[in-house]
Amino acid sequence: MKVSKEELLHIADLADLNLDDSEIDNYLDNLQDILDFADIVCNAPVEDLDITIGANEAKNVFRKDEVKEFDNIEGLLQNAPSLELNMFKIPKVVQ
Amino acid sequence: MNTTELTVHELVEKLENNELTIKDITKAYVDRIAEKEPEVEAFATTLTSEAVEQAKSIQTKIDNGEITNKLAGIPIGIKDNICTKGIKTTCSSKMLENFVSPYDATVMEKINEENLINLGKLNMDEFAMGSSTENSAFKTTKNPWDLSKVPGGSSGGSAAAVAANMVPWALGSDTGGSIRQPASLCGVVGLKPTYGLVSRYGLVAFASSLDQIGPITKDVTDSAMLLNIIAGHDEKDTTSANISKKDYVKALMGNVKGLKIGVPKEFFGEGINEEVKKSILETVEKYKELGAEVEEFSLDIAKYSLAAYYIIACAEASSNLGRFDGIRYTYRSPNAKTLEEIFKKSRSEGFGAEVKRRIILGTYVLSAGYYDAYYKKAQKVRTMVMDEFNKGFEKYDLIITPTSPVTAFGIGEKSNNPLEMYLADICTVSINVAGLPAISIPCGVDSKGLPIGMQIIGKKFNEETILNAAYSIEKEIKFREKYKPEFIRES
Repeated sequence: MKVSKEELLHIADLADLNLDDSEIDNYLDNLQDILDFADIVCNAPVEDLDITIGANEAKNVFRKDEVKEFDNIEGLLQNAPSLELNMFKIPKVVQ
Repeated sequence: MNTTELTVHELVEKLENNELTIKDITKAYVDRIAEKEPEVEAFATTLTSEAVEQAKSIQTKIDNGEITNKLAGIPIGIKDNICTKGIKTTCSSKMLENFVSPYDATVMEKINEENLINLGKLNMDEFAMGSSTENSAFKTTKNPWDLSKVPGGSSGGSAAAVAANMVPWALGSDTGGSIRQPASLCGVVGLKPTYGLVSRYGLVAFASSLDQIGPITKDVTDSAMLLNIIAGHDEKDTTSANISKKDYVKALMGNVKGLKIGVPKEFFGEGINEEVKKSILETVEKYKELGAEVEEFSLDIAKYSLAAYYIIACAEASSNLGRFDGIRYTYRSPNAKTLEEIFKKSRSEGFGAEVKRRIILGTYVLSAGYYDAYYKKAQKVRTMVMDEFNKGFEKYDLIITPTSPVTAFGIGEKSNNPLEMYLADICTVSINVAGLPAISIPCGVDSKGLPIGMQIIGKKFNEETILNAAYSIEKEIKFREKYKPEFIRES
């Protein structure tokens, strides 16, 4: 399938990525090459097969819904780029 | 023999015979890292001074009788996408350059219970995306056999550090070949366990349905020993298999008489280097001499698997890497003013080129209009790949292929052509797609003296059989006795 520049920019926007002009040219070429190769999948003789989601048997794993204390709050927060009063700080979103 | 050239089982023997102490071993490795790290560049973070302190404290506890396990004080290196409490886990990405994990991965808890000493975190392709370790945001690791060549990837730091004797063994992770391919290119042993055998809790996710942690070691016995430590059910990983614990070292019987080995002819065709092919087929002949029954058969899945792999892995990555948003624990762009800018600018500046490429590809194949054509089809191809392997395993106990179609390639040789780089994984990805276990062991060198790796694939949760087959042939090949990395620069 042929990928257009508009499509690439739309996809990048969905993925929360900005692309500069050189990246756009580069990724358009790469994406086209890779999708051309991936066409083998589109044409694979698999119409009658079921899909596989995981490597092993798909089954739900349940546990009790219990609150557990995490003992390293300081360790969690030390990685935040911006903090205030032990809370993650972001720019104002509601005017 | 120099201490750092010994395997872990040899180190343990010397500790038991009082020929070496834990402090001697640690010092030998600290000195070796000081000597070789400047040219190999395998580490993202070194922990050498911490290791010296830890060795002292473990020795004291052994002397007091507080610690009795036989592996206590043995050093190890850890791939930098495995969370280590209080130590940086960068995934070799600017996005996590300063990330210090607040908790240990389950495999690290197991490593710590054994009182192993962590010598450092090992370099990798950013977020494990690559086959050469050139995609690290920080440094390019060199292959100890030829410093102008790549060590493979994505666990290139782990494989190079083991090959260069800077760590006695290491943990890597394997999504499409990331343990086996660098092990092959660096002349060491790499095992990708069955999906679900080793907990993924605390492994920074790339493609959750394919990722698995495994050992990179000097020999097969060490591989079985490290698997003994890290395997086991974990309720923190819902895909972890609840099967009874095994002793993989006991499986190393050294006898392959009557074992049925299938050799798929499609894995020896176009694109496979002639010297690689010859070396593997010669090794297969040795199995015959040892009494195994070897047969050629057809397993025409390699190209389908590779295409399906890149669709599925990128789709899962585009979702998994959505969490890197610049808010809680990642890089935040200093140029962002609004919340949307924090997301977009942090991700655009924090991720490297290959990671962005794969997020875009993954988002594309999951988007409306393409989901059925690519993603859903790839999931059906996944079923086909599993079915084909199952058919093979009705007849054979093991399947043998090359690990990598070529030996170590030059730094920069493939880095501008992503598709060509993806083809480096042609022999390994189908194993992840099917969730099977496979090991790569060195079986010879090419005319340039670069190692060739052979891949042995087994049935699900049948690591014993592949380890025993690898162990049996390792004794015949005697690779470590014949060949050593020379740290030359050929280019």
